[in-house]
Amino acid sequence: MTATLAIENVSVHFDAGDGPRRAAVREVSLAVAPAECVGIVGESGSGKTQLFMAVMGLLRGGARGSGAVRFEGRDILGVPRRDLNRVRGSKLTMIFQDPMTSLTPHLKIGVQLAETLVSHAGLSWQEAERAALQMLERVRVPEAQRRLRQYPHELSGGMRQRVMIAMSLLCEPSLLIADEPTTALDVTVQAQIMDVLRAVRAASRMAMVLISHDLGVVAGLADRILVMYAGRVVESAAAGDLLAGAAHPYTAELLKCVPNLWGPRLARMPSLAGSPPDAKTAERGCAFAPRCPRAAERCRVERPLLRAPEAPTRGHEVACHYPVAATAVTA
Amino acid sequence: MMSAASRLRANPAAVAALAIIAALIALALIGPWFNPNNIESLDWANVAVPPGLSGAHWFGTDRLGRDLFARTLEGTRMSLMVGLVASIISLTVGIGYGAVAGYVGGRTDHLMMRFIEVLSGLPLIFFVIFLTVIFGRSQYFLFLAIGAVGWLTMARIVRGQTLSIRRREFIEAAVASGASSARIILRHVVPNLLGPVIVYATLTVPQIMLFESFLSFLGLGVQEPHASLGTLIAEGAGEMEAAPWILLVPGIALALLLLSLNILGDGLRDAFDVQER
Repeated sequence: MTATLAIENVSVHFDAGDGPRRAAVREVSLAVAPAECVGIVGESGSGKTQLFMAVMGLLRGGARGSGAVRFEGRDILGVPRRDLNRVRGSKLTMIFQDPMTSLTPHLKIGVQLAETLVSHAGLSWQEAERAALQMLERVRVPEAQRRLRQYPHELSGGMRQRVMIAMSLLCEPSLLIADEPTTALDVTVQAQIMDVLRAVRAASRMAMVLISHDLGVVAGLADRILVMYAGRVVESAAAGDLLAGAAHPYTAELLKCVPNLWGPRLARMPSLAGSPPDAKTAERGCAFAPRCPRAAERCRVERPLLRAPEAPTRGHEVACHYPVAATAVTA
Repeated sequence: MMSAASRLRANPAAVAALAIIAALIALALIGPWFNPNNIESLDWANVAVPPGLSGAHWFGTDRLGRDLFARTLEGTRMSLMVGLVASIISLTVGIGYGAVAGYVGGRTDHLMMRFIEVLSGLPLIFFVIFLTVIFGRSQYFLFLAIGAVGWLTMARIVRGQTLSIRRREFIEAAVASGASSARIILRHVVPNLLGPVIVYATLTVPQIMLFESFLSFLGLGVQEPHASLGTLIAEGAGEMEAAPWILLVPGIALALLLLSLNILGDGLRDAFDVQER
């Protein structure tokens, strides 16, 4: 079976006017199976967004992606825009972090939604508007009929994100990339949006990539979680396995950072000391070594490859010379 | 939040200017039907009479006995038409050129902007005189010639605005939704430019009218028997000492029109850009 999305050896470089090229993403490979939900977790600057910007052909001037990206078996990285637009926006869609600014301000919601269908599916405006209305109801926008006649500024943030989701679902995509879909929203609205995404997934065989810096958000929805650090995937495992037994020290430290409501006051908000490496610096050894409690001499000179740890659960991969034993975390 | 229209209504100077412009346009369009004198008929009994309500010629006559009221209306109509047509030409070309340059960016933008710089380096007046000499003096050609040089600043303004809009998230979202570049420029970029474009266009119309008057004054513009405010003023300037009204009547009409257009343009700018205050 062809993967819905296959990313092979993709790197993203920024050309700096002076000095060396900066690498935002380094040789990442991953695959998303049909109907699978993959969570991508990493802190700011880990390259998770840039990777999928490259997939969508949205890299800004100065950034260049290399490697291969195949969507349903067809190459989409570096192909002419016209070819990319055959799938982009219809079969392969993306929603963004900030719903407040992602809708064109001067066009009514109904027009923006219908336009997608008119241009991609060749529907008439009336059919498209009817489909848009149904889709708004599906993502639980109250008073959907009235919303079609409203402008984006008349809607709240949560409502606008629902509209964005509706827009991305209109052409029944086989893959939806959600880049931090809830980061800009209130916590209660955040939960509602995640519910909508969960319901959408339950109702269709759409695959999904959920990008977030919040393990908690991803854990609730993803089948499989990939952890990125300094432009590389450092760990990949089924969601349950990862939460129960992180093998990479970075993941283990991240899991420790989930706030504990019951602990003593000072210990409530643990954090990871140090900051990720600058994209300018040449890579040597393991990028996490300077912050790693388990780092040894070998980590500073030899870069660990992504492979199954010694006592593997199925599909678990980690890039570490000295992975944490499953028992170490649960203890 | 008040809309731009309601902010404009709250500005008495702009409303007055708008009323004057509307009145002048109405007069220029329907006035000739109510005036028994036409622009070409010569009244030998009344040559160079001063203005007065008693006679048949309210605004007086010129030294050929032609009715100044009729000629001034004709001149106003012609000036407005030149201003409007040339503005529309420079608007269309300027928006198209500027939006493409700003949106495509990179080397294309670079080349397109250098081309504009070369054009704006040419002395405008010689350029128009040159074109007029080559293609002959037709008033339609005059529209084209003025419009063809008037779009440069508009293109620059539009490009600058486009550059700032291009980086906004909704453009990125539109790209991600698979819209073509042409579609994005037409549907998502250009409508967002309308505020500054309308303001600049209102200020372009009087500039172009002034330029047309200038060309006509030099004898390069509208030809007899047709008249624009510029040719009327040129005629009047010759009789300034003996019959000052021949200069004053079209002069006042032009000044009133230009002043109103400029005040309206300023009012529109304030209405569209709240931060200016």
